[in-house]
Amino acid sequence: MNRLQDLYWPPIALALAGALVLVLSGTEPFLVIAVLVAWIGSLWLRRRQAKIEPRAADSGVLSNRMMIDLIEPFGLPILMLDKDRIAGANAAAREALGQHVVGQDARVALRHPEAIALLETPSGTVMVKGLTAPRSIWQVSRVPIDARFSLIELVNRTAEADISRAHTDFVANASHELRTPLASIIGYIETLSDPDAKVDKATSKRFHLIVLREARRLQTLVEDLMALSRIEAEKHDPPRNPIDLAMLASGIALEIAESTSNDSDGAHRVIYAGVEEGLTVAGDRQQLDQLVRNLVDNALKYGDPVKPVVVGVAHEGNEAVLTVRNEGEGIAPEHLPHLTRRFYRTDPGRSRAAGGTGLGLAIVKHIVERHRGRFDITSKLGVGTTVTARFKLTATPALPLAQAAG
Amino acid sequence: MVAQHTVKAFDDELARLHGLIAEMGGLAELSVHEAMDALVSGNLELAQQVIERDKRIDALEAEVDRFAITVLALRSPVADDLRDVIATLKIAGIIERIGDYAKNIAKRVGQISGRRKFEPLTLLPAMNDLAAEMVHDVLTAFAARDAEAAAEILTRDSRVDAFYDSIFRNLVSYMVENPATISTAAQLLFVARNIERIGDHATNIAEVVHYSVTGKTLPEREKGPLPV
Repeated sequence: MNRLQDLYWPPIALALAGALVLVLSGTEPFLVIAVLVAWIGSLWLRRRQAKIEPRAADSGVLSNRMMIDLIEPFGLPILMLDKDRIAGANAAAREALGQHVVGQDARVALRHPEAIALLETPSGTVMVKGLTAPRSIWQVSRVPIDARFSLIELVNRTAEADISRAHTDFVANASHELRTPLASIIGYIETLSDPDAKVDKATSKRFHLIVLREARRLQTLVEDLMALSRIEAEKHDPPRNPIDLAMLASGIALEIAESTSNDSDGAHRVIYAGVEEGLTVAGDRQQLDQLVRNLVDNALKYGDPVKPVVVGVAHEGNEAVLTVRNEGEGIAPEHLPHLTRRFYRTDPGRSRAAGGTGLGLAIVKHIVERHRGRFDITSKLGVGTTVTARFKLTATPALPLAQAAG
Repeated sequence: MVAQHTVKAFDDELARLHGLIAEMGGLAELSVHEAMDALVSGNLELAQQVIERDKRIDALEAEVDRFAITVLALRSPVADDLRDVIATLKIAGIIERIGDYAKNIAKRVGQISGRRKFEPLTLLPAMNDLAAEMVHDVLTAFAARDAEAAAEILTRDSRVDAFYDSIFRNLVSYMVENPATISTAAQLLFVARNIERIGDHATNIAEVVHYSVTGKTLPEREKGPLPV
């Protein structure tokens, strides 16, 4: 059908009419046929040639339009430039740079001098700060398509920069935390070992106790740091052992209650109020143990010294919910989002005096994350704080089977 | 782009004007950031780069002026096109001023001594970030022809002013307590003043953008009292 439509009907009709005139004028029929064949054949050749030309032009125009359609679904922001104008921007680019950039001068979208310098070179890559948000970092690359069109690709490097900054911060914080007790130990030992210093027996004993306390603090800090890095290393390996969370928590609560019982009236400061057993979760016993201990420890340290800490494990839907609640001054709301950050302290002096490393809640958070659980802290100033950790219950508490599977 | 014009060259010219403003703005933004970085770290080389960059901003301003006048003369734009061209003329002038303030801050880098223990020096970057963000957002609002975003930027100026007040008091009390720091503190007072002016100029751009998009001027802002 197409082939027939492609033929030039009017010239063919003209050819036939011409042939008819020749026949009527009495020309040799063979000659007439030969002329007709040559005429229509030349038209045929012309047709093929004409067909090639528009296709070449078409594909040029189409490919640019198609390129814009092609880049549209990509996750990375991509701009297509027609010389200096933005011919197209995909959804991600419109999201990052604004809906208005299409049709604008490329400098409007990439205002930064480094990026503008890139527009003057045919290809290359630059890092640009503050392209979208104040602290954002983008890697901007330009790839030429032909003399007229080029593509600009934007890769957001902000998160990577954040991570590397977090690492630097962590190293700086950790070394600071380690240095403080060390400096104190060295100072006291120097005084004690100085033959000229007249240290009486009582003072000497006091100094030794300080050194011991600082050394213990160093020890806990190193242990916490190691625990943290171990949990982080296992982050992508979910624990599989079935653990009865209720039994575990009630056991720890009882143990801590006995060691911290109030001397004056014999009342326990830690009370267990929850299900006694039968709430099995997939977990790592040592880590869940540490989680409960850290939470109870914090609740005791920062709660009212005479009010009890209530530990409980409850069954809610398909989850085991561990709650640790204390009464006391509570935590101001502005601190809540930062509590699980390493070395974050609401009141540095008091936390250190209480023997805190600043890593307790960071460890808790990582343990909960590894167990694919959820963690939440609610607090009311002047009333107290409740910490909640939720874990999915496992279907079967059958221990040997799960171990075989794990 | 808004509606297309019959004469495509006119579209191209408007786009080029916007491109020039964006290029100027990008340079000024970078200068505002780098001037403060240079001041805080005492990096004289970086300060020199900021000072050098101002020439480029001035050259671009002249280019915008020339080009805008050519467009006005050749196309005789009306209505929103007229406002758009006038806005580029005005904004170019304001960005040039912002570049000057950044240069002014950079020029003071060499005159700050005792940088390490100078507490007010920690407040200035926070104030500078606020002002720089206003400049960034107002340029985006102009590019996007977004009157609402422009109106929002006006409300932020009071924060920069509040910062200025507190830095002013801080520096004055510093000078009273420790006369040895007077020369440095006086330099920093000028720096704070310059940042405050950058914030003001960002709001001036916001007013121009709002007028250019809507054709209506924004109501007059109330100015707070001067710091005492």
